[in-house]
Amino acid sequence: MALLEIRNLRVAFPTAGGLMTAVDGIDLHVDQGEVLAIVGESGSGKSVSMLAVMGLLPPEARVEADVMRFDGQDLRVIPARARRRIIGKDVSMIFQDPISSLNPSFTVGFQLTEVLRHHLGLSRRAARDRAVELLTAVGIPDPAGRLTTYPHQMSGGQCQRVMIASAIACNPRLLIADEPTTALDVTIQKQILDLLSDLQIRTGMGLIMITHDMGVVAETADRVMVQYMGRKIEEADVLSLFSTPAQPYTRALLAALPENATGTRLPTVGAMAKQEAGHGR
Amino acid sequence: MAADPILLAENLVRDYHGGSLLTGRKVTRALKGVSFRLDRGRTLAIVGESGCGKSTLARILTMIDPQTSGRLTIAGEDVDIARARPGRSLRRKVQIVFQNPYASLNPRQKIGDALTEQLYLNTDDSAAQRRDKAAAMLERVGLSPDHARRFPHMLSGGQRQRVAIARALMVRPEILVLDEPVSALDLSVQAQVLNLLRDLQDELGLSYAFISHDLSVVRYLADTVMVMNAGEVVESGPRDAVFGDPQHAYTRRLFAATPSADVAAIRARLARRSA
Repeated sequence: MALLEIRNLRVAFPTAGGLMTAVDGIDLHVDQGEVLAIVGESGSGKSVSMLAVMGLLPPEARVEADVMRFDGQDLRVIPARARRRIIGKDVSMIFQDPISSLNPSFTVGFQLTEVLRHHLGLSRRAARDRAVELLTAVGIPDPAGRLTTYPHQMSGGQCQRVMIASAIACNPRLLIADEPTTALDVTIQKQILDLLSDLQIRTGMGLIMITHDMGVVAETADRVMVQYMGRKIEEADVLSLFSTPAQPYTRALLAALPENATGTRLPTVGAMAKQEAGHGR
Repeated sequence: MAADPILLAENLVRDYHGGSLLTGRKVTRALKGVSFRLDRGRTLAIVGESGCGKSTLARILTMIDPQTSGRLTIAGEDVDIARARPGRSLRRKVQIVFQNPYASLNPRQKIGDALTEQLYLNTDDSAAQRRDKAAAMLERVGLSPDHARRFPHMLSGGQRQRVAIARALMVRPEILVLDEPVSALDLSVQAQVLNLLRDLQDELGLSYAFISHDLSVVRYLADTVMVMNAGEVVESGPRDAVFGDPQHAYTRRLFAATPSADVAAIRARLARRSA
């Protein structure tokens, strides 16, 4: 059975000009121990569908799905209280900008132990010990000393490590990483991607990587889903997607990578992609 | 091409004075003696990670900040803004395009006004001339003259970056400092803007100082590459030499960290993973 299963997910936002459909009939599943990459450009709905799973969309958002199940539980009808027991514990999420996703007013130690005390009911002391363990696991030097520091005292890469530590604090079965390295330098990006891959293999959790970076997809994913304007364009295992992309949009996206430039001009996605979206409707 | 350096830097140093009452005075040396040259009509890529001094360098090249020491020559003129205020004609020669077009355009200023303002400040053109030039420039960067009446929030990220480029070109500069001009853009839009930069360079004979951390973009656009780390140039040379046979350990590390969409690399990773 799939760990997370979604069928025909639709998300729309009411705007002054009527309903804006952000996600338009997405099917998705992730198994235990699998790394799924969702790739797409801004506005493709890749983050919105995951926020819908987490229940983090604003209340005015209209979320509909035929199936939306995590580990057998129906997320469409689950009461808020029960959802809060899952979110942050069995399913957790890390975001693009680590510095703004941590609370600037509280120490790293406080923010880490809060998760542990809330979800696992650990004592103050046990939570502190576990927090040190977690910071060690994500490769932060002097973990015990770091507990009393504030986010602004750390670099972006270290803040992202703290975010990861807090996301894996309760041994989640599914981790959703939304552009986890976009704000980071390449050498730090490499460290964070290696860390996520390591943790994923060691714990056997499912991992969803949301990204716009084809390089990141190539380096992390087992299976890839390409999204464009709220629709799924293509889904394939990582090797087939890069070696024999089936859809024109995917081909255009790969051709637009400067590293694949063959001539002096880069092919652009625009025209091709619009055609593609027109076909789907 | 004959050696015609439009930009020459010799041993540029920049110190920032910081610290507090408690820590006492502290001097941070952001640039530790940087030398390079940029030839007319060419592209020099300045590569490095946060804190390597590339933005400090951009501020010196655009005459926003003075160098602490060292020699900077722009189009044959010695520049040291701490000693002598640069003239208008010199300032016009160097323009900059910033990374984030959402932040670098005034949200309350119409696109047309953002463009004509450059001419108002720097030339004696009449209002009608300014408007005509702005309209022509909008077309040149792939927008329409109608965009002049819009505000930045009515444009997409790629369109805004085109406006930022148009604004920089209004005063007919010779050098464009491009500070991560495509890193905030989507891949497909990025390709369009890179193509535009290439066309403009050919057409107007522009010289680019292209600051970036994205090696694949650098490889696409640069003639020469300069790799910086912690305020120093660790390696520089023609693009193919630096990419083909990187000499410095830091350059190699940077290359190794860059994710590759290469099929052979994916195959190797999957093999390791199943092992």
